[in-house]
Amino acid sequence: MTPTLYEWLRQSPLTGIFLTLLAYRVALSVSRRYHGHPLANTVLVGAGLLIVSLLALGLSFDEYFRGASFIQFLLGPITVALAIPLYNNLARLKRSAFAILCSIVVGSVAGVGSAVLIAVAFDMPPQIVLSLAPRSATTPIAIGVAEAIGGIPTLAAAFVIVTGIIGAVLAKPLLTLLRMNDDVVLGVATGIAAHGIGTARVFQISETAGAFAGLAMGLTGFVTAVVAPLLVHFLLS
Amino acid sequence: MIETFLWLLGYQFAGELLARSLGWPIPGAVLGMLFLFLTLCLRKGIPDTLRHNVPRLMTHMSLLFIPAGAGILAFWPLLAERPLAMAAVLLLSTLSTLLISALTLTLLLRRQQSRKAKP
Repeated sequence: MTPTLYEWLRQSPLTGIFLTLLAYRVALSVSRRYHGHPLANTVLVGAGLLIVSLLALGLSFDEYFRGASFIQFLLGPITVALAIPLYNNLARLKRSAFAILCSIVVGSVAGVGSAVLIAVAFDMPPQIVLSLAPRSATTPIAIGVAEAIGGIPTLAAAFVIVTGIIGAVLAKPLLTLLRMNDDVVLGVATGIAAHGIGTARVFQISETAGAFAGLAMGLTGFVTAVVAPLLVHFLLS
Repeated sequence: MIETFLWLLGYQFAGELLARSLGWPIPGAVLGMLFLFLTLCLRKGIPDTLRHNVPRLMTHMSLLFIPAGAGILAFWPLLAERPLAMAAVLLLSTLSTLLISALTLTLLLRRQQSRKAKP
């Protein structure tokens, strides 16, 4: 490849957009091939393929993100769109609203508390503990909370992504193991523990689970923003 | 499709404006979702354009997380300092969050049902 052509490849947003779509399409085939096996998760496989191809092409993440930012931008409108499946499940929501809200508060506290306690048990340095605390919330909230309590925002963002992927992979097998077959329970637990990445995963399983995951993700964000600073102070003092 | 995006971006806009003007740390899109949900409850129905297009958008939601997932590449030096301990912390804390949330909701739903059974 000529140097000017390679330079164009690095600079053009087309590269990032095309690679992302291609990686997703291949991940989708892999997921279908293994009948939606949890480890054949589309975000996990897609991101893995992308990382390999970026390394092979010698592209940095910033160069890739020139195009990928257009795709990431759509997270905003799709989050708003979660209102539609939620409205479709209005009857179930009304019936169980109290139980769902209580679980979201308990789960958000558990999300922050478990990260802090386990990280302390593993002897992690304080800055890492503080960056881990908000990891169940969606990225923008986690970054804000990490900043407020003295963590490292970029590290917090990385923890959020890894947490989301782990939760998306484990949620369904864990609940199947426990014989919890209610889509509402699957959705709420995944939304609390694994925010949007988990929500995207359970949408592939059922619309009801996806709807409640979206609700739980949003409310966990609220609760984490309020509770994390207080809880971290209490646990670490 | 145009109307669908006008609805979605419009509500995101409203959410962003509110969150920013009040200085809340909540993403505008999350507020936009709650506003749109309240709107649907008030008008007691989903506009045709949203009913038609949103389910198709939802099936590909995980596409939108692939750029963030690939971001692990950029964060790798930070994550790889103590990779095993880090992996263990993330795995255990995510598992316990899932477990506690699922158990709490299952117990509360069961209690609610048994209350209804004996009036």
